[in-house]
Amino acid sequence: MKRKSSGFWSVFGMPVAIALVGTLGLFAALLGDGWWDALAWAGLGLPALYSLRGLAR
Amino acid sequence: MKSRTIRRWSFVHTWTSLICTLFLLMLAVTGLPLIFHHEIDHLLGDAPELKQMPADTPKLDLQELVLKAQAHRPGEVMQYFGWDEDDSNGVIAIMAATAGTEPNSSHTFMLDARSGEAVEMPSANGGFMMTMLRLHVDMFAGLPGKLLLAFMGLLFVVAIISGVVLYAPFMRRLKFATVRNDKSTRLRWLDLHNLIGIVTLTWALVVGVTGVISALSDLVIAAWRNESLTAMVAPYRDAPPLTELAPVSRVLDIAADAAPGMQPDFIAFPGTRFSSEHHYAVFMKGSTHLTAHLLTPVLIDASNLEVTAIGDRPWYMDAMGLSQPLHFGDYGGRPMQVLWAVLDVLTIIVLGSGVYLWLVRRRASKPVAVAQAETVQ
Repeated sequence: MKRKSSGFWSVFGMPVAIALVGTLGLFAALLGDGWWDALAWAGLGLPALYSLRGLAR
Repeated sequence: MKSRTIRRWSFVHTWTSLICTLFLLMLAVTGLPLIFHHEIDHLLGDAPELKQMPADTPKLDLQELVLKAQAHRPGEVMQYFGWDEDDSNGVIAIMAATAGTEPNSSHTFMLDARSGEAVEMPSANGGFMMTMLRLHVDMFAGLPGKLLLAFMGLLFVVAIISGVVLYAPFMRRLKFATVRNDKSTRLRWLDLHNLIGIVTLTWALVVGVTGVISALSDLVIAAWRNESLTAMVAPYRDAPPLTELAPVSRVLDIAADAAPGMQPDFIAFPGTRFSSEHHYAVFMKGSTHLTAHLLTPVLIDASNLEVTAIGDRPWYMDAMGLSQPLHFGDYGGRPMQVLWAVLDVLTIIVLGSGVYLWLVRRRASKPVAVAQAETVQ
């Protein structure tokens, strides 16, 4: 599991991606229903999924 | 990152978290049922149920509803009329001893817009859900309670930011989402604290910041009264108090004409904190998803029913309006509510594991500190 690289993106790549989808989703759902809501579900579901998977390990 | 820099950020993270943890735990626990307050009200039978009537049953004139409300609670005055999201036949009425009575001493109930029958809303005036709400909003301590919680919210935001900074040195050699569960309980919870903390970051920040804004609502409303409202009702500064109010029957039509394309959200009666002594203030909301959270007041002279001002929307009122959905998680259907609850519980886990990690490290470092102290002696 160890990595050699310690650059910014190797550490923050995934967190930034998750945060972007999350931000997009939270604000998209303010604009409409349907697909806009689905974006929010994805944006909030991703963190929930990663967390629960970590807890289940 | 230099080890001294890490130690400084670690100090900030430890203490901002520790100070706000108990309050945040309380907020997360009381917030959990509040996410589902509608569903819980229905389950407990506390939700107001209006009688079944033919779909085309006409609605009563608004002034008739005022009279029905006054007959239901003699000796009290109208503060607000609001419209129910669930049932267009339901009008929420808020009454109190005087128009200026503070919100927690008011009585909230529902009127059937067709018959004027009063239906009680127990959870809006007391009981379990109200206790949760009051704990969550001000811990039964009024403005000082709100301000204290706002400050705790700010500490929470600082704790999150410092946590993100510390995430880097901890994860430098680890793949994302690594949980080392084969070494020690401490390592497992350290990894989980880092993982859950970093992935729930956006949600926690949004809910934290919008919570702080909501906690400052009394100040925001006071600012609106001082700036916006005072300017709008300046001509009335020396006007004598009203002895009689003109009937509200046409107030909604008048407001709709003044603010075309908008829907009424609530009416504030004269003397309440959302209106002046001389006006009915009809708060109109926009008709798109986004603008439905932004309110424009239409001020109607309560003696002659003339529109005297259409309010502007100061940025801080818009910020407060948009903070509500982003804090409550009630704007994206049932899946969003459920995810809101899951993320709330995950936040409790981050808070709990944080305290655990601090305790473990403190216990581990104690002998060292004692040893150091002994060497010095």
